[in-house]
Amino acid sequence: MDFLPTLWFILIAVLWTGYLFLEGFDLGVGMLMKTFARDEKERRLLLNTVGPVWDGNEVWLLTAGGATFAAFPFWYASLFSALYIPLVFVLLALIFRAVAFEYRGKIHSDRWRTTWDWAIALGSFVAAFGVGAMLALTTTGLPLNENGDRVGGPFAWFTGYAVVGGLALVGFALVHAAAFIALKTDGEVRHRARRLVGRYLPFALLPMAVWAIAVAVENGKWFSWVLIAVAVVAAVASWVANRAGREGRSFLGLGGFLLAGVAAIFSAVFPVVLPSTLNPLWNLTVENASSSSYTLTLMSIVAAVGVPLVLAYQAWTYWIFRKRISVAHLPEPHDFAPAVGPAAGTAAVGGKN
Amino acid sequence: MEALDIARWQFGIVTVYHFLMVPLTIGLGTLVALLQTRWHKSGNEAYLRMTKFWGKVFLINFIMGVATGIVQEFQFGMAWSEYSRFVGDVFGAPLAMEALLAFFVESTFLGLWIFGWKKLPAKIHLACIWIAVCGSIVSAYFILVANSWMQHPVGVEMLDGRPVMVDAWAVFTNNTALVAFFHTITGAMAVAGGFLLGISWYQLWRRRKDGIDTVDATGRVIVGESATIPGRDKLDHSVWIKSLRIGAVVAMIAFAGSAISGDLSGKLMFEQQPMKMAAAEAACHDGTSFSILSLGDVGAKDCSDVVAVMEVPGLLSFLAHNDFDTNIKGVNTLVPEYQEKYGTHYPDEAKYGDLANTEINYVPIMPVTYWGFRMMIGFGGIAALAAAVALWVTRKGTVPQATWLMRLAIFGILAPFGANAAGWIFTEMGRQPFVVAPNPAMSGVDQVFMFTASAVSRGVSMGEMVFSLVALGTVYAVLLVVEVKLLTKYIRGGVVSAMPELDQTKKKHDDEHGPGAEGGDDVLAFAY
Ligand code: HDD
Ligand code: HEM
Ligand code: HEM
Repeated sequence: MDFLPTLWFILIAVLWTGYLFLEGFDLGVGMLMKTFARDEKERRLLLNTVGPVWDGNEVWLLTAGGATFAAFPFWYASLFSALYIPLVFVLLALIFRAVAFEYRGKIHSDRWRTTWDWAIALGSFVAAFGVGAMLALTTTGLPLNENGDRVGGPFAWFTGYAVVGGLALVGFALVHAAAFIALKTDGEVRHRARRLVGRYLPFALLPMAVWAIAVAVENGKWFSWVLIAVAVVAAVASWVANRAGREGRSFLGLGGFLLAGVAAIFSAVFPVVLPSTLNPLWNLTVENASSSSYTLTLMSIVAAVGVPLVLAYQAWTYWIFRKRISVAHLPEPHDFAPAVGPAAGTAAVGGKN
Repeated sequence: MEALDIARWQFGIVTVYHFLMVPLTIGLGTLVALLQTRWHKSGNEAYLRMTKFWGKVFLINFIMGVATGIVQEFQFGMAWSEYSRFVGDVFGAPLAMEALLAFFVESTFLGLWIFGWKKLPAKIHLACIWIAVCGSIVSAYFILVANSWMQHPVGVEMLDGRPVMVDAWAVFTNNTALVAFFHTITGAMAVAGGFLLGISWYQLWRRRKDGIDTVDATGRVIVGESATIPGRDKLDHSVWIKSLRIGAVVAMIAFAGSAISGDLSGKLMFEQQPMKMAAAEAACHDGTSFSILSLGDVGAKDCSDVVAVMEVPGLLSFLAHNDFDTNIKGVNTLVPEYQEKYGTHYPDEAKYGDLANTEINYVPIMPVTYWGFRMMIGFGGIAALAAAVALWVTRKGTVPQATWLMRLAIFGILAPFGANAAGWIFTEMGRQPFVVAPNPAMSGVDQVFMFTASAVSRGVSMGEMVFSLVALGTVYAVLLVVEVKLLTKYIRGGVVSAMPELDQTKKKHDDEHGPGAEGGDDVLAFAY
């Protein structure tokens, strides 16, 4: 087994885990905008729990994509072109979501805000579902020909696995977000979020478990089963901690579930990165899809410097904004009339000096 | 039409669109950081107001850069998978580094800057904006390394029909990239300069129109104050006149920098992509003159129709070689050279689609390259000239009352944007029919190049491409309207739009809202 491609396979799994862990809760917070939040104040509260960090979280996705391009160009090319239509939707969803965060509060009108709230909620849902489906498909296979191009038309990727993967990420994001809100806010919202975790955690995590088990059955490796067991234990621990009112532990427990779950899935399929459902000979693997060892060495050096640095300053950001917030902390939304007068002369106190 | 043409339109549209936001982000970000530094050092409140106002406008634009950038990152794999497979070994690296070393920095520290006004010590808060700006500049460097490798491949060897990286130093110090970086940053500063200039002009004009500022017999400004219009105090005048002057000076220096770097870029281009330069000149025959204006059909194959109206003898030669009499090759000389080196017909392979086995047209679309080149220089020059005039006109502290001048100043904001777009369109279309242009210095069978015709995703159907083009195009159009609407609202609002505390007329009203309104210690500095 070649060392560098294996290392990069692990690194890309780490980047995806980082993405799912961090953006997981901000996608979930986005989805909860329309269902969980009861009024304008609560919606603003939710937004502000992720306000300073969501953009940094999203960069994990860009980095996972970019690193796949650099380390496994054939994987990047085949996966992204095969999933052309769903990815267009993911892109549109991410565009709307990003713009909505920034623009929602910029004009004082209920219609304006409601429109952007929908953009955030739907954008978060579509992005989570699409990314989940993509990851599920890269572990379960796509109809690829010898050249790595998809055959069978624009929707040939559509299988049950796509749905399971989509639901897996949506479900995980929802409970992860509820746990995050419980951790970050105070007052009534905090308690409501905690109840949400208690009630829905088992159902929300189910699709991810189905996906992991399906992949483990297919590829049959004992350590995948161990990891799945660890994930289940972490989920139970999270649920118990939530019941006991230990919000931090409950949040981290979900993180443990994710880590073990993703590790189970990726380690089960290794060394295949993207199976072809038409012919196993056309599978993309860590060897036949990877870049040269020169490029991988260069990228390893960059990652060795870059990744710890990113972790350090992102952790610092979370530390700075560690305080719980509540509706009372929000400043009044402010609107302004244009700083211009009606007509020349009338409104002014002419200056003479 | 086939999928390839749609994919090209799509790439061109989304990239040029992304590059409307990019130069403003880079340029305005730098200026905001400078203004905040100035405030930090001098304590002069005018600079705080400038930081807040321009910072607000910067953020409205920044988010669109982020949103459209995501598309950029994924479209290589989606629409150009053959390209991605071919170049991945060398091209993916700068892209991944851009995300890891620049985008993280940019987004994280900007988040800290936005929300950290009250939370962070002043010095650290100032450092955050500087770090974020450095992130933008580093991101520009990495993406230009990637792009320049397509203009001028270096540091690679062919292995099994694909270029693999053998010399990272060569790739990351590609002279094409270094010059393009210099040129792009100066272009971005020109955008920011024009932006400050145009908007400040409007604001000063507004103050005069509202009768707040007046002028004495010699034309010198008498600064006034309005009790009824929020934010229109005396300091407000200082905010705008300072912004105007900074903008004008930045625009002029930036243009000078563009000219220097553009000249360097031109010299490289003569060596590296002679056909692009010939096409920029619509020059069929060899010669030494630079045409300023030609009439007739500059796209016609035989040039029979082209009449040079204005020519500067020797200038073309100077642009290329710093002397006045070296003959520069025209298209008619170059085409046979290209045909000999890279073939007369596309290979008969499936990946060339409909173009397989057809003749290769080595001449880029000349009207586009010819006019693109002139528009870039022309728009840039006009903006610099206008900035000089504006400095002169406003030397007595305010702007004239004429409405048409104000309109012109606002309209002038667009010129540097136009120059940037024209520059990219020229650079990218002048490279056709190659997506990775051959490097003439690397010879032998293993030349590294790729035709655009073979770069597109072969598994993606025409229908899918059309769908994404329409969907992205529509969304981009809508969002442009929204962005311009918001920018207009905040710009008209003046400093108050970014600093509600200046609004004296609202004070009484706000008290009713209790703690949240006046910003006690507990209240977030900035909230969505
Ligand atoms: C010379 C500069 C430059 C150029 C040529 C490009 N970009 Fe860009 N890009 C930036 C300069 C920039 C920036 C200034 O760093 C942006 C603009 C606004 C922003 O948020 O960062 C950015 C944002 C941005 C983002 C979002 C980053 C985030 O979420 O923070 C992505 C993924 C890309 N770009 C990717 C690309 C790709 C793949 C390009 C090539 C086709 C490209 N950009 C051209
Ligand atoms: C690393 C970055 C880039 C890559 C890989 C790239 C690649 C491409 C490709 C594959 C096309 C389509 C083929 C073609 O028609 O030319 C294209 C077209 C184009 N690109 Fe770039 N490009 C990059 C950066 C940029 C940037 C930053 C701009 C700036 C705005 C730009 C402007 C354009 C334009 C205007 C076109 C349309 C030209 C046409 O359709 O012929 N490109 N580029
Ligand atoms: C404010 C004015 C200007 C702006 C905004 C501008 C913008 C641009 C942009 C965005 C590009 C494409 C990116 C790149 O290759 O760097 C470009 C390319 C270029 N510019 Fe400019 N430019 C300006 C002035 C000039 C001037 C005055 C010259 C010449 C004296 C010049 C010469 C060039 C050349 C030769 C290229 C092509 C480089 C290549 O394809 O390799 N530019 N310009």
